[in-house]
Amino acid sequence: MSLFKAHYNLEKKSIWLVIGIIAAASVGGLVEIAPLFTIDQTVETTPDMRVYTPLELAGRNIYIREGCYACHSQMIRTLRDEVERYGPYSLAAESQYDHPMLWGSKRTGPDIARLGGKYSDEWHAAHLNNPRDVVPSSIMPAYSWLAETGLDVSDLGAHLAALRALGVPYTDAMIENASTDALAQATPDSDAASGVAERYGETTNMRRFSSRKTVTELDALISYLQILGQMTQTAYTAEPKEVE
Amino acid sequence: MIAQLSRTERQWAAVLAILLALLGLTMAIAARQGPMAVHGFMALALGVGLFIAVGSVLEKPQPATSRLAQYYDDPTKVGIALAMAWGLFAMGIGLWVAALMVWPDATFGHAWMSYGRIRPVHTTGVIFAFGGNALIATSFHVMQRTSRTRLADQLSPWFVLVGYNLFLVWSVTGYMMGVTQSKEYAEPEWYADIWLVVVWVAYLVLYLRTLARRAEPHIYVANWYYLAFIVVVAVLHIVNGFALPVSFAGAKSYTVFSGVQDAMVQWWYGHNAVAFFMTSGFLGMLYYYLPVRSQRPIYSYRLSILSFWGITFFYLWVGSHHLHYTALPHWVQTLGMTFSIMLLVPSWASAGNAIATLNGAWGRVRDDATLRFMFVAAVFYGLSTFEGSFMAIRPVNALSHYTDWTVGHVHSGALGWLAMVTFGAFYSTVPLIWGRKAMYSAQLIEWHFWLALAGLLTYVFSLWNAGITQGLMWRTYNAAGTLNYSFIESIDAMRPYYIARFLGGVLFLAGICVGAVNIWLTVRGVRGQAPDRPLALQGAE
Repeated sequence: MSLFKAHYNLEKKSIWLVIGIIAAASVGGLVEIAPLFTIDQTVETTPDMRVYTPLELAGRNIYIREGCYACHSQMIRTLRDEVERYGPYSLAAESQYDHPMLWGSKRTGPDIARLGGKYSDEWHAAHLNNPRDVVPSSIMPAYSWLAETGLDVSDLGAHLAALRALGVPYTDAMIENASTDALAQATPDSDAASGVAERYGETTNMRRFSSRKTVTELDALISYLQILGQMTQTAYTAEPKEVE
Repeated sequence: MIAQLSRTERQWAAVLAILLALLGLTMAIAARQGPMAVHGFMALALGVGLFIAVGSVLEKPQPATSRLAQYYDDPTKVGIALAMAWGLFAMGIGLWVAALMVWPDATFGHAWMSYGRIRPVHTTGVIFAFGGNALIATSFHVMQRTSRTRLADQLSPWFVLVGYNLFLVWSVTGYMMGVTQSKEYAEPEWYADIWLVVVWVAYLVLYLRTLARRAEPHIYVANWYYLAFIVVVAVLHIVNGFALPVSFAGAKSYTVFSGVQDAMVQWWYGHNAVAFFMTSGFLGMLYYYLPVRSQRPIYSYRLSILSFWGITFFYLWVGSHHLHYTALPHWVQTLGMTFSIMLLVPSWASAGNAIATLNGAWGRVRDDATLRFMFVAAVFYGLSTFEGSFMAIRPVNALSHYTDWTVGHVHSGALGWLAMVTFGAFYSTVPLIWGRKAMYSAQLIEWHFWLALAGLLTYVFSLWNAGITQGLMWRTYNAAGTLNYSFIESIDAMRPYYIARFLGGVLFLAGICVGAVNIWLTVRGVRGQAPDRPLALQGAE
């Protein structure tokens, strides 16, 4: 067997062994990952795709910080029971501005890809404060400190700028006004509120998300939960493909 | 221990300690507040502490040159101690996480105690802290014995160990403070990621330099696996870690990839952390300690070659089986599924090779709990890889994905394979490098073995039941053609299984406690003479 003979010599040379390992290990990733960046059909075109407002982005970062993705997926599969339980299956386009994606891998709690608008803000506030007040046998942790913690909006402009560098279409005005806009979205009667509608659209959820006087982390998180599945309407209007 | 370093090495150690302290100071000053500043102060304290420790022996006389005629095992000793300490900590946290799923109010209103923050503490703690320290410690031991040479120098092993553990401390304390990239099994933020690259390169260079000094013409199989572990983990870590910090004065960063591409990169990384951290590295361990302990040569050299290259080539294709039926293009899912099934061939070739090696040594498997640990590890390696290939089949995955079956599968690998082979390796190494005739108590090894096995079986059986029940409840339709169960009903049904899983964890943790006591008593015990492989004083090349 000449192959084994060749290996007999290969295993005497540590550098060649390392090169061989890198070569063998590279193929799979190159074949599967590189085309995802070049094939156009990978991500659907969505003309109505919106971006996260600074408040929603702050809420998303709280969602990441608390590790919510460990128990809640945001990816409805193309299976009949999932579509009936959660809504239209998730499209790649819906998470195209998600750095990182939060598809998740475990459903200790339900999928929340289409949570936006399903429950009232009051329900979310009560549920996050103590899930067992609204769902008696829930095993979700209570996040009561969120309502006690004021939202830090000071560097949101830098967050938007970083995301723009990665391809999310934030404008200069959005970056410049990020901190003001974050607070204004949750205080609709303030002077700055009109700027939010101007920059992010009239359909932006502009309201007090909780009964607190100041804008807290709870407001930011609820504002994020309320737009889940609402970044584009494509999934609700497109011709659905076959589910299994 | 530090006095064993030569004068030059001590001077370099002092310089490195100062650099570490300066790095920490820079981080602390740049960040001013928040988690990154805390991490900066940690590095500063460690650097100052190391500088004082090295400085106090800086002018001591040089160690005797006779040291060069012996293997250098001090880093292995410290690595084993760290692995056991991390193991106790991380499995203890695991038990807490399991408890939170039964008694969710055990968070007591503290952010750092809540499930989402301590779950990555558990996963990072077991895989990267317990497993990683075990791999580094045993690799130092194995590379010296199989090459019949001493480590290339005395300083870089310490750099690797200390640097790696600083990364781990940054990681787990970061999660508790809310610092996370949210990428599963790659949660640490950008500065910890960069630091790990530096440490990892030093590790590879040390490994290659030591191999270059070897007195054996051939590089033994165990080293191929350790090399694959080091090299491929570096590639995975770097690509998956690409991120743009919001500011160099803060911890938060945004992943370069988004959406579907990010998902694919994440699971290309995630599944190959399983492959090259939890499989390749530990196969390296198995390929050395199993034949040594059973006193039988590896059954087949050719099978070793086939399975090594099969694992190294096939594994990188299979990550997409984590994304069946998702928005990932169908062709990538199909490739992932196909390669997952093909992967069973090299996986079972490895497991079969290990078990066939024990032919003729079954009496030892029966009598020696240390060897039995490694035998059970090989069996569970075979079972877990079969289960993994099975779960990667698309329709099976429709049922198993998102359920506790996946969690059970991971634990059958992590407890049944990774931890079992590690305990076998530790019980083989500890008496040898501390110069004892045997472990303090063979009886305690038996206790550890049966506690671990009972815990493992309780755990995986309860989560198999949990996962399949959940999967079926989610898709059950009633006569009216609508879904029969609400989601909360599926959670209610989990309670008995979650309690059983907790009890399985109690047993496994009790086992590692017994193991830690036994190792401690062995280290403290009477010095004896343990047979070791002779070191060759001159290289063959």
